[in-house]
Amino acid sequence: MRNSARSQKIAFALLFLATLLIIIPVGLIVVIIVIKGLPAINWQFLSDIPRQGMRAGGIFPAIIGTLYLVIGAIVFALPIGLLAAIYLSEYSKENFLSRMIKLAIVNLAGVPSVVYGLFGLALFVVFFKFGASILSGSLTLGIMILPIIITTSREALESVPHSFREVSLSLGASKWQTIRHIVLPNAIPGILTGTILGLGRAAGETAPILFTVAAFYLPRLPKSIFDQAMALPYHLYVISTQVPNVDEKIRYGTALVLLILVLFMNLVAIIIRYKFRKKKKW
Amino acid sequence: MEKLQARNLNLWYYDFQALKDVNVSFEEKKITAIIGPSGCGKSTMLRAFNRMNDLIEGVRTEGKILIDGENILNNGMGLEGLRKKVGMVFQRPNPFPLSIYENIVFGEKIHAEKIKKGRLERIIEDSLKAVFLWDDLKDKLHKPALGLSLEQKQRLCIARLIAVKPDVVLMDEPCSALDPQATARIEELMRELKNNYTIIIVTHNMQQAARVSDETGFMLLGELIEFGRTEDIFTRPKDRRTEDYITGRYG
Repeated sequence: MRNSARSQKIAFALLFLATLLIIIPVGLIVVIIVIKGLPAINWQFLSDIPRQGMRAGGIFPAIIGTLYLVIGAIVFALPIGLLAAIYLSEYSKENFLSRMIKLAIVNLAGVPSVVYGLFGLALFVVFFKFGASILSGSLTLGIMILPIIITTSREALESVPHSFREVSLSLGASKWQTIRHIVLPNAIPGILTGTILGLGRAAGETAPILFTVAAFYLPRLPKSIFDQAMALPYHLYVISTQVPNVDEKIRYGTALVLLILVLFMNLVAIIIRYKFRKKKKW
Repeated sequence: MEKLQARNLNLWYYDFQALKDVNVSFEEKKITAIIGPSGCGKSTMLRAFNRMNDLIEGVRTEGKILIDGENILNNGMGLEGLRKKVGMVFQRPNPFPLSIYENIVFGEKIHAEKIKKGRLERIIEDSLKAVFLWDDLKDKLHKPALGLSLEQKQRLCIARLIAVKPDVVLMDEPCSALDPQATARIEELMRELKNNYTIIIVTHNMQQAARVSDETGFMLLGELIEFGRTEDIFTRPKDRRTEDYITGRYG
């Protein structure tokens, strides 16, 4: 009896410690970046171009570049991912082909991001001759987040109760009408959540944009999707490792802006999911 | 008048034969009840009449189902048109997570070439009046349908079905989620509806079959054992298995 009580205590302590260990690095990262980066944040830092070889001035072009890339990625990935998810969850039968497609999606999610970068370089920059441009970068990021969008959209579609589809069909609706009027509207919050998580991922990645779009130093805003652009993660890499004597404040300030951007997107995703859960009653 | 007939209807789920050589015909504007123990194939038969079984993998149907003389098992049968004509009320009240209004106009939005607001208003009023919900709900048409009571939900589902103007209404244990008072009121509604619709109801509540139906069929292990006027089935069944079932020897 006493022995089992003790092993219970030990097990509890171990589980608790392991959980605590997860919180510590997250907390430390956030605290350090906020403490060291906050002094750099002011209106000039957010709205000015980098000056004096990126040792002064702001990061505005990098913020804008990242926004362009993220929007571009979603413009490509959302329609394709959503249509694929609809096909997989509503139309495809369980057979060899659909198993291969699902396997491909899982594998796509597991590809290292630098490989996406090389792939984007070979396909979009070189083969399609888009050059290093927002277009190439967006497409590369888009392919990278496709698995996230497909997987979360599929889950959202499949969580719509079967009975809704059955009633809709029993009232004489076609399969497509059922998807369009009943399944999709009820899956939208889940799809949005996945999309925003994908956006957050796209905003934070460095490797896929390394060869496809990112400019080392480009103190002006891109004019078209065929322009190169600066981007926050790459800019952070550059001022941290490639440019000597950059004030620590500026590096951490840049990291803080990127972190806030990504956290903000995740927060929006969480809020949407929360509101939806509260609303749905079936 | 015969509205719906099944001729030598056989149905398999993969290797399992769920319906065996069923021959039956349903009278127009009457209520016909199908009774029998769980798993006897009564719901499966009902779902054959609007071809909802097509949604289930591994189902194979043979024989003929004639509605107004047309075999709906033909390959060329348009399922949308068939289901518009042969509607279904399900066991669990299942309104869409939309407003009351949106639930009822769903069919019209699906089927109408052009949506006219005035027509929608009329459909709402007619359908809700037909299920005796109009007075209760006319002022909260835009409230969510999921906030209604179970009985109201089931009435709403019937109204949603009536709005597409079916000929035949299939009811699959429509009261099994309801309490006895609500059940009595839905049965009242069914008697009202039979003036305009051919109703086939599947139930394992024998009293319900006896109360509402004009004709009754008894099914067992995929076979239609006996079919006839409800009072005959319940007072002088011809088959011993029917008698055993209605006297409660199994079920």
